[in-house]
Amino acid sequence: MKDLPNPVPRPAGERAQLERAWQPPRGWRFVFTVNNTDIGLFYLGTALAFFLAAGVLALLLRAQLALPGNTLLAPPAYNQVFTMHGTVMMFLFAVPAVEAMAVYLLPNMLGARDLPFPRLSAYAFWAYAIGGSAFFATLFFGASPDGGWTMYPPLTGKVASPGIGADFWLLGIGFIEISAIAGAVELIVGILMTRTPGMTLARMPVYAWAMLVVGLMIVFAFPAIIAGTALLELERAFDWPFFSAERGGEPLVWQHLFWFFGHPEVYIIFLPAAGLVSMLVPVLARTPLVGERAVVRALAAVGVISFALWAHHMFTAGLAPWSLALASAASLLVVLPSTLQVFAWIGTLARGHLVRNTSAWFVLAFLALFVIGGLTGVMVAVLPFNRHVHDTHFVVAHLHYVLIGGMVFPLFAALYHWLPLVNGQRLCERLGRWVVGLMFVGFNLAFLPMHVSGLLGMPRRVSTYADDPGWFGLNAMNALSSAGAFVLAAGVALCAFDVVRTLRRPRREHGDPWHAATLEWLPSQRYGLRSLPQVDSARPLWTRPSLHQEVPAGAHWLPGSPTGRREALVTRARDAEPRYLMLLPGDGALPLVAAVGTAGFFLLLTLGWTVPAWLCGAAALVAIAIWLWGLDRDGGRATVALGRDRVVPVGGDGAFGHAQAALAVVLAVDASIYLSFLYTHVHLAMAAPTCPPPGAALPAGAASAAALLAWGLAVLGVEHGARGLRQRGVAASWPIVAALLLSIVAFAGHALAQQQAGLDPRRDAWSASVGALLGYDGLHMVWVVAAAAFALARRHAGLLTPRHRVAFDALRWAAHAGAAQAVLTALTVRALPQWLG
Amino acid sequence: MNAVATGMNAALRLEPAAAPGSFLWPAGLPAALDQAVGWTLLIGAVVVTGLVLALLAWAVPGRRRRWRHPAWWTVGAGLVLPGAVLAALQWVNMRDLSRGDALLPRPLVIGVQARAWWWEVRVHPDGDAAPVVLANELRLPVGRTVQLALASDDLIHSLWLPALAGKVDLVPGRIHQLRLRATEAGRWSAPCAEYCGSGHTAMVLQVVAQPAAEFERWLQAQRADAPAPSTVQQAAGRAHFERLRCNACHRVRGHFEPLLAAPAGGPDLTHLASRATLGAGVLRNDVEGLRRWITALQAHKPGARMPAYPDLDPATLDALVAWLGSLD
Repeated sequence: MKDLPNPVPRPAGERAQLERAWQPPRGWRFVFTVNNTDIGLFYLGTALAFFLAAGVLALLLRAQLALPGNTLLAPPAYNQVFTMHGTVMMFLFAVPAVEAMAVYLLPNMLGARDLPFPRLSAYAFWAYAIGGSAFFATLFFGASPDGGWTMYPPLTGKVASPGIGADFWLLGIGFIEISAIAGAVELIVGILMTRTPGMTLARMPVYAWAMLVVGLMIVFAFPAIIAGTALLELERAFDWPFFSAERGGEPLVWQHLFWFFGHPEVYIIFLPAAGLVSMLVPVLARTPLVGERAVVRALAAVGVISFALWAHHMFTAGLAPWSLALASAASLLVVLPSTLQVFAWIGTLARGHLVRNTSAWFVLAFLALFVIGGLTGVMVAVLPFNRHVHDTHFVVAHLHYVLIGGMVFPLFAALYHWLPLVNGQRLCERLGRWVVGLMFVGFNLAFLPMHVSGLLGMPRRVSTYADDPGWFGLNAMNALSSAGAFVLAAGVALCAFDVVRTLRRPRREHGDPWHAATLEWLPSQRYGLRSLPQVDSARPLWTRPSLHQEVPAGAHWLPGSPTGRREALVTRARDAEPRYLMLLPGDGALPLVAAVGTAGFFLLLTLGWTVPAWLCGAAALVAIAIWLWGLDRDGGRATVALGRDRVVPVGGDGAFGHAQAALAVVLAVDASIYLSFLYTHVHLAMAAPTCPPPGAALPAGAASAAALLAWGLAVLGVEHGARGLRQRGVAASWPIVAALLLSIVAFAGHALAQQQAGLDPRRDAWSASVGALLGYDGLHMVWVVAAAAFALARRHAGLLTPRHRVAFDALRWAAHAGAAQAVLTALTVRALPQWLG
Repeated sequence: MNAVATGMNAALRLEPAAAPGSFLWPAGLPAALDQAVGWTLLIGAVVVTGLVLALLAWAVPGRRRRWRHPAWWTVGAGLVLPGAVLAALQWVNMRDLSRGDALLPRPLVIGVQARAWWWEVRVHPDGDAAPVVLANELRLPVGRTVQLALASDDLIHSLWLPALAGKVDLVPGRIHQLRLRATEAGRWSAPCAEYCGSGHTAMVLQVVAQPAAEFERWLQAQRADAPAPSTVQQAAGRAHFERLRCNACHRVRGHFEPLLAAPAGGPDLTHLASRATLGAGVLRNDVEGLRRWITALQAHKPGARMPAYPDLDPATLDALVAWLGSLD
């Protein structure tokens, strides 16, 4: 063990101190844990529970469709059940499951002690678990949404869906939006800034690349649905007619926003699974991945192209020919990165020697199913074919091949592979063969005949079909599908039984049962790895097997907890050179309180219980304020030694740190949401016969100009404050106060300009979209006011210094974002009528 | 589970009046143009699946360690080969987009208005100002190009005529066009393809393509007003129709003009008896079907605007059914 960062044996007590810092809460307080290992398992368990529940709904649907004219579920019940099946599978199972896998696996795979923002993950999990359960429970009260998981208005507007089901849908999605954005922050910052020393970008595991792409995709895709759900709820609650044709609204705006999110969403679900497969195949075949760099580029290519093909869900909606040409070309182009990956996997299998275990069978099943799903995807990208099979059971079959074949089968392969990390016990191989066999046979039995049903003329989302006997009639196809669904379910149930049984066994060391190549298989505890390994290849455990002894002995970096608190090492994004030691928060009630408050606020508001709702909201805000107040401080000492002669500062190095990176992600999300609102305005303005429509007027010029001037002065003020902080080490109070007041003046100016113009968002869709933009301006004012108040309080508490200036950066960037959106809104709203003539 | 429990006592069945048909066995244009694409893609997909599975079977035994050129593999087989196929498919797309309507000139215009949950059809014959208003049945003359003007005034629906053309959405606030030409006589059912709520399943348009001369005869008959009652029972049925305020929503030309204008109104019943089904495909249009529709339509078509009349005495019901059955 020569030339290692730290000498061994380590001093007595070092390990004990590390364990003390990472000690879990005891007894009932265990719900306060924020450790990624616990939260990851809670998260995954909850997501899998929703998978089983939504699977039961699928069985109900298939039972109804088993015979023509069946009377098990009448249309109202059937519509609720299929809406819930789709929504729960997509939003409460698939997205959370891939995030949960990352929360659990990524830190150990990257050699990090934990995720960079443990409390954020805990908050996101609890908000999702509480909100998701309440959403699912609507089924027991007959109050579920029934607009399909795509929720197209006007079907989901107040006229056609007067009940609260649609509101519950919008609410349930709200929680997923929160947890997805939180996930994006964790993924991007965690992957770029907390990798173990030496794990350069070139040595990063493919799975981490996949999750990095997914994190970036969430930043640009989810804002579209955040904006869309906000618009639909504004229409439902306040009668702002964005989607109502009779007042100039456009039903297709929802479809554009939904699918601009919805198609990348499919890849947000699939890319993590592809990343897992790229980790599994080399380990199972005992040879490095063929074309690893090409595979990483393919992942990035999919991420980019997936934003160009949303319109292929709208081929029959009457779009312009050029958009059909573009969307169909992109739909075909996105196939290439996937074929490349498939051939890389097959090539790896050919070069290596496959271990025939259950994981391997799941991977092989995935390959077969994904190829079929991909080919039907190519088929529906061809326009003359699409207009016949669109919205039929052919598409139902296609999407299940891609989602179950492409995501659930890899997830099960991963389950069989990585479950030993939990308590050292493996799932039963003999039962495993049955599980994979039942699932594969059942799946094909269920979904292959559905292609035929679609070609025979069976549309999607119908609760029954006309009697059609014969060997290849609808009766036979549907009977097969229903039988197959139950066989598939039997496989899943068998696996669930085995998972429960295995998790009840006693804990033992997991060792390295598969001779894996990556760091998550090193012995790890609640604090992750004992010492953070110096990595010198993409497959560290293969090129340097001695890591198995060196790392737990503490011979690598940071073998203890020098500050006595939970810590993580922040490294440079490109070459993973150590930068500074990040202090992580301990366990506590704040994330749970904030999550309960958030969930309570939205749930109670949906039910119309206003006062308790606001009490919950206030509780959440207080919890978040306390949580933020404790951040960005010194750890009691300026520097610590990592080992050998490496000394790093504690808490930050004065440069762009993890907190600034998280802020940057949030700003990107904010900008994307804003652009979605702006797109809505532009679309509605261009669809209007005259712009502005009769009765509406452009905002008053003088007040608008004053508002823009106020935003500009606010930016100048915070920039002056930033210079002061940099040069003199203190931020003056007056720029902060000025920014606070000027943002209020700016919003008041905009509101006044609209009031003089007689804005009535209920009059027509154009006015509603102007109202939405004004509302978003108001949101930026609230953001600046809150950030300024917080920064002021920090300053007076002496917590605002050049090294600890996150609170000030948050204010500064909020002011910039507010000013930028105000200028862009003013220009667009004024220039469009000119340009449209 | 409440949602399930509420479903226990209703029975939606669709009348198997005619199969939807398929573009794989087309009976008109443009479906006939899509047929070759359809079969090529289906057979191609089966072949490619077979090839990849064979490749997988070759790969799984493994141990080809002296394999020198994995880059050729991933880039050549994984990019170039599929790239060529996909480029060819995009050529198909571009050809399809540039085809335009030149193929099918001088059309007969038929308006199709989707309603939750039925279809109103308006035939605009050449040089005739007044369109003929029909419900839930679309008739086409074989060999003549038809232009469908598609509109909706409540929800998004989608018209799909599998044997003749693809589907086009009917979106509130827009009018979409679809040109087609039946080349063979036939009878198909055309389901609504875009989910539109509780009546989505029960929204089937009957499509009939018939020889041009037959079509003209039929159109002439449809132009005529409804016949006068020819029996005492039919006359009594007409009186009940008015007493029960059926005419508030339904037009029977020559007898009643509806009090409510569309879209609140219901289907035009002038030539009700000439249609194959009731309620857009849920019941056969015969005596038994009419009785069940009037007394229990909410069980057959949940959410329909028309209320059921379960408490009519048998004589009233018989009279109503007799009159409605005479409107051919």
